[in-house]
Amino acid sequence: MSPFIDYTLHLGDNSLILGQKNAEWCGHGPVLEQDIAITNISLDLIGQARNFYQYAATLIGDGTTEDSLAYLRKEREFKNLLLVEQPNGDWGQTILRQFFFSQYQYLLFQQLQNSSDKHIAAIAEKSLKEVTYHLRWSSEWVIRLGDGTDESHQRMQKAIDELWRYTGEMFEAASYETHVDLSTIKEQWINKVKKVFDEATLQMPVKIFMQTGGKEGKHTEHLGYILTELQYMQRAYPGCEW
Amino acid sequence: MKNYFRRYYYGDIPEDKAGGNIVSSDSKSDWPLWEVFIRSKQGLDHKHVGSLHAADAQMAIENARDVYTRRMEGVSIWVVESKYIHASNPEEAGEMFEPAVDKIYRHPTFYDLPDEVNHM
Repeated sequence: MSPFIDYTLHLGDNSLILGQKNAEWCGHGPVLEQDIAITNISLDLIGQARNFYQYAATLIGDGTTEDSLAYLRKEREFKNLLLVEQPNGDWGQTILRQFFFSQYQYLLFQQLQNSSDKHIAAIAEKSLKEVTYHLRWSSEWVIRLGDGTDESHQRMQKAIDELWRYTGEMFEAASYETHVDLSTIKEQWINKVKKVFDEATLQMPVKIFMQTGGKEGKHTEHLGYILTELQYMQRAYPGCEW
Repeated sequence: MKNYFRRYYYGDIPEDKAGGNIVSSDSKSDWPLWEVFIRSKQGLDHKHVGSLHAADAQMAIENARDVYTRRMEGVSIWVVESKYIHASNPEEAGEMFEPAVDKIYRHPTFYDLPDEVNHM
C-alpha cells in the first residue's frame, strides 16, 4: 500500500477509535447535557473517519469499502495514535484525552486544509469547524476541573500523569507521514496546552519517556478489546446488513 | 445552604392551594437551572425552547447548543438562570387575564384599511 493511503488510514483510524471510546459514555455521562455533548463529539469523529475511509477505499480499489476498512482489518493494520485507544477512566481522563487530541487535530487540520491533495484538504476544512468546538469544550472542562475542587484537581493531575506518555507519539513522524510539519505543530501544541494548564492550575510533567508505535500498528493491549466490540457483528455474521 | 423555591411546570395550573412542587436544592452540589431561548432564523425572535442544568453561563450556552440545536434548529442562543425569571401566579389568572376577554374592541379590527397597507 502506498504511503499516502497509509496516511489517510491513519487519519481515519484516529477518529474512529476515539469516536468509539467516547461512544461508550452514551447513557453514562455525568449529567444528561454532558452525555449528549460527548456523544455529539463521538458522532463528529465517526463522521470524519467515514470521510477518510471512503477516500482511502477509492484509492485502494479492489472492492474495498469504508465498512471493510472499519470492520475487517486486524489490530496490527490499525494506525491510530496510542492516545486515542486509552481507557475512558473517569470523566476527567476522558476530557483530558479529548483535549490533547483536539488540540493536536486542530493544528494538524489547519495545515492539512492547505494540502496539495484536494480530498484531504476538503475533509480537513470541513472537520475543522467541529474540531474547533471540541477543543473549546474540552479545554473549558480541563480548566473547570483543574481549577475546581481539591478532588477534581487531583483527578485531573492523575489523568495527566496517566496520559502524558502517549502525547509524544503525535509529533514523531511515521514512515508514511511526510505531509505535515510536525515540529511546528509540536511547538504550538505545547504552548497551547501550557496555557490551558496554567489557567487550570495544573502541572505539566517534566520530560518523561514517551510510548510510541501506534502509527505503525504496534498498539497497547486496549485496542484489541475495542476492536472486538466494534467488529463483533461483522465477525460473527460476515456480510451482515441491516 | 439549602434554597427552596416554588416551581411551576409548563401548563401546570395547580388544582389546590398547594401550587407547584416545592423543590429543594443543595446549592453546593446541584447545578442551577437555566432557561434556553433559540432564534431559529435571522430576523425572527428568540423563542423559549426548554431548560437545562449548567454550572455557569458559558456551560449553559454550550449545553443548549448540544441539547437544542443538533438538528439545525438555531442560529443564536440566549440563556438565563431560571431564578431570574419572575412569573405571574397561575392562581391569579382570573383577575389578570379574564377582564380582557370581553373587550374585543381592543383589537383594531373595526377600521377600513386602504389596500396599500399590507402588514397590520
